[in-house]
Amino acid sequence: MIETRNLIKTFKDGERETRVLKGIDFSATDGEFIAIMGRSGAGKSTLLYQMSLLDDPTSGEIVIAGHDTHTMSPEEKIAFRLTQCGYVFQDYALLPELTALENAALPLLMQGIARERAYAMACSALARMRLSHRLASRPSHLSGGEQQRASIARAVAHHPRILFADEPTANLDNESSDIVMAIFKDLHAEGQTIIMVTHEEQYAWLAQRTVILDDGKIVAVKDNLHDQRIRSVEY
Amino acid sequence: MFARLALNAQIGWFLALRAIRHASRWTTGLIIFVMALTFLNLVVVSGILVGLIQESVEAHRRQYTSDIILSSHNDKTYIENSPSVIAIVRGLPETESATPRYRAGGMLEANYKTRTQGEKANTAQAQIIGIDPHAEDAVTEISKSVVEGAYLLPGDYDQILIGSFLLRQYVPVDNPGLATLDNVEPGTRIRLDIQGVRREVIVKGILKSKVQDISRNAYMVDGQLRTMIGRGDGNVAEIAVKLKSDADPLAVRAALVRLGVDHVAKVQTYADAQPQFLKDIVSMFSTLGNVLGSIGLVVASITIFIVVFINAITRRKFIGILKGIGINGAAIELSYIFQSIGYALAGSAIGLALLYGLLVPMLKAHPIDFPFSDGILVAPVGETLVRVILLIAATVLAGYAPARMIVRKNTLDSILGRN
Repeated sequence: MIETRNLIKTFKDGERETRVLKGIDFSATDGEFIAIMGRSGAGKSTLLYQMSLLDDPTSGEIVIAGHDTHTMSPEEKIAFRLTQCGYVFQDYALLPELTALENAALPLLMQGIARERAYAMACSALARMRLSHRLASRPSHLSGGEQQRASIARAVAHHPRILFADEPTANLDNESSDIVMAIFKDLHAEGQTIIMVTHEEQYAWLAQRTVILDDGKIVAVKDNLHDQRIRSVEY
Repeated sequence: MFARLALNAQIGWFLALRAIRHASRWTTGLIIFVMALTFLNLVVVSGILVGLIQESVEAHRRQYTSDIILSSHNDKTYIENSPSVIAIVRGLPETESATPRYRAGGMLEANYKTRTQGEKANTAQAQIIGIDPHAEDAVTEISKSVVEGAYLLPGDYDQILIGSFLLRQYVPVDNPGLATLDNVEPGTRIRLDIQGVRREVIVKGILKSKVQDISRNAYMVDGQLRTMIGRGDGNVAEIAVKLKSDADPLAVRAALVRLGVDHVAKVQTYADAQPQFLKDIVSMFSTLGNVLGSIGLVVASITIFIVVFINAITRRKFIGILKGIGINGAAIELSYIFQSIGYALAGSAIGLALLYGLLVPMLKAHPIDFPFSDGILVAPVGETLVRVILLIAATVLAGYAPARMIVRKNTLDSILGRN
């Protein structure tokens, strides 16, 4: 589904160069749920941004669903993100002048889906997030947890191939975080490929694998399924 | 291609509508107010410049040339066979009225009875116009220009109307090239000398008009002037012709030429007969109006550019998010263009309402008092709409440029607020 080969990202600040990703080889299969963890500055978010085509790597390759993204133009990347990717940002990133329904429907409308159908699909996605009563609310009238759920609805309403999430619970209280992660778990159960950056081990544990980064390199990959099986046997 | 453009336009409209709907009312009001002022700046400044001249041209037509003017050829001082020409003119179905005028250069002298020996004579050169008072008034309504005294009657022999530019109290500036008469008012006796023929006449009235051809001349009844200049043949110097309201001066001029009148007289429409200085001023003011209009347009463009740039830069994060979730850059740019057009349309609508609902009627009722004309505001609907279109076109460019600048920035940098 997604594969990176020798991915390198360097930031320049005048004469100074900082290499944040130092040759990442990574792959995730269709339907897999992967958590990326690491200390602050380890390069987790940077890796997510490269894989999700929000940023361009300095070198290396990213192949998503058989498409070599290296050869794509910026416009093709935008179109690819529209149809193949879903995004959940740490700060929700909803558009303040749109209602929850309009926020969720926007990517569908951009795909050329007829207004009625787009709104129906967005409605359905919001209903799954238990936000049916908040369709006409603008983000400023939603709680943090509701905003994040609306953001997830927008990300999944068009059934993307991969859902990218950048610390989706970082700004939420425990209760809201649990709800959001329960939604991720459900989505994964339905076959959604998810790549999620998180600081919180209890949520990383929900993923099948946890990729641990340090100083721009993958230092460990934990097979959570195996651990979960062992734990369940131990109990 | 077209479907893509239509989709981008649809999304752009979707975003623009919501951005305007939920924008701060004060900010939106201020932007629209600025656009309305910009629109008025575009239309009113050049409109007043044009109005200034147009009213001058119209006054020259109303008060002097009327619709058609026949005058002597350059090598003659009179129109040959004037009685026949007058009969032809009056016989045209388009003619409402016509006024034949005699004309002669003369010298006016005041205070000649009280002048002491060696004292400089108080004289002024003027064109003396001989008119049929009724016919002249029917064509030019010259009696309305009498500001002191009274208008001439057909039997007013030895009486004269004097233009205000010939009197010192109306031209209080010492001009070496323009001699004026002192102490002259209605009832004053002055001496008139035309080609050596002298007569004492009484000033019956004073004419004041912003049309110099009236204010610099003196008028007397045609019978007396004809006698003084020895024009017993009835040949006049010019004939002003007022046409019926639906008549076309160009067609009448052509008809007179076909009738051979041009062999004995210059046949001109009011436009042909405009003084050269008026034509020069019209041309200069038109250029000036265009220059000022262009500056106004540039100012409008810069205003919109700044407004959209600030709007886009403060919303850079959301532009990044839009791109991040796959919204086409063109759709985002179009949303800013639509917003700019919305502001321009709203500003223009308010400007149009102020223009045609307030300024044009107000200046028509109370023209600005300029020395050589009454300034009105000329804003023909066609030209005003062209300016609206120009403003919108400038707005589109000014709205597109900053939106494009922000949309082109790296998506992630926009989302994270990095430079």
